[in-house]
Amino acid sequence: MDFSADHFSLFGLPQTFRLDDAGLDKRYREIQAQVHPDRFASAGDTERRLSLQNATRVNEAYQTLKKPLLRAQYLLGLAGHDLDTESNTAMPPEFLMEQMEWREAVAEARLARDLDELEQLHHRVKQRMNSRYEQLANLLDDQRKYAAAADRLRRLMFLEKLLAEIDDAMAALEA
Amino acid sequence: MAYSEKVLDHYENPRNVGSFGKEEEGVATGMVGAPACGDVMKLQIKVGKDGVIEDAKFKTYGCGSAIASSSLVTEWVKGKTIDQALEIKNTQIAEELALPPVKIHCSILAEDAIKAAVADYKKKHTE
Repeated sequence: MDFSADHFSLFGLPQTFRLDDAGLDKRYREIQAQVHPDRFASAGDTERRLSLQNATRVNEAYQTLKKPLLRAQYLLGLAGHDLDTESNTAMPPEFLMEQMEWREAVAEARLARDLDELEQLHHRVKQRMNSRYEQLANLLDDQRKYAAAADRLRRLMFLEKLLAEIDDAMAALEA
Repeated sequence: MAYSEKVLDHYENPRNVGSFGKEEEGVATGMVGAPACGDVMKLQIKVGKDGVIEDAKFKTYGCGSAIASSSLVTEWVKGKTIDQALEIKNTQIAEELALPPVKIHCSILAEDAIKAAVADYKKKHTE
């Protein structure tokens, strides 16, 4: 097995955004069983260290491919498109304004302990994300329009955060 | 992660939170966002006839470092001309707040928010 290969090759999967989830899980368990450090407990230092390295590598690859956001980011990286998410802060003002309004709505609902409202927000954001992820799959796998895909992905990063905030608020109220 | 005392201070007692009325004279708005963490930041400046920033307000949805960075720059820009405000660098913000490397993007966000607000002001006042 080539542990220096890209994440997709490691699991014998095609380099696409649309993913055979069950296939990934199955291959992950198979490989994990082969490289698990427990199997090398009585082996030499070098072998033990190598098995630990490989197990870490496999874990990292799995976590990246499992999450749609990270998978898309990784795919764009393979295609040579760096998202520059740390220092590129320019987003369309209407988009940011909308994000600001969503976040305000979440903060207000949290303050008012309005679980119904939070559930509705969750539902609306989730719907929006689902359709955005479909667009992303289309742009990455079918059209191979990477610049447009990068734009969608940057927007999705905000939506993921928004959804996490909503779920956070719901968990806090239900606790 | 442990926040520095200065970050905690701004986080617990943020300065200048809020918005100006849209119709207020000399108000310009900068909106920026960092995809990496999903933080969104709105910075507003109120500029006098002499080109000096009289007041500033912010609204930030993000982590403690992002809130502290925006709170700090609302204090810093007051009394500066818009061109002086543009000289504020993210490294100064990061240094003042003792931000760890993983939070540098919060200071970049705040610097870019100033730039965006000033650009908005210039756009409105050169037409």
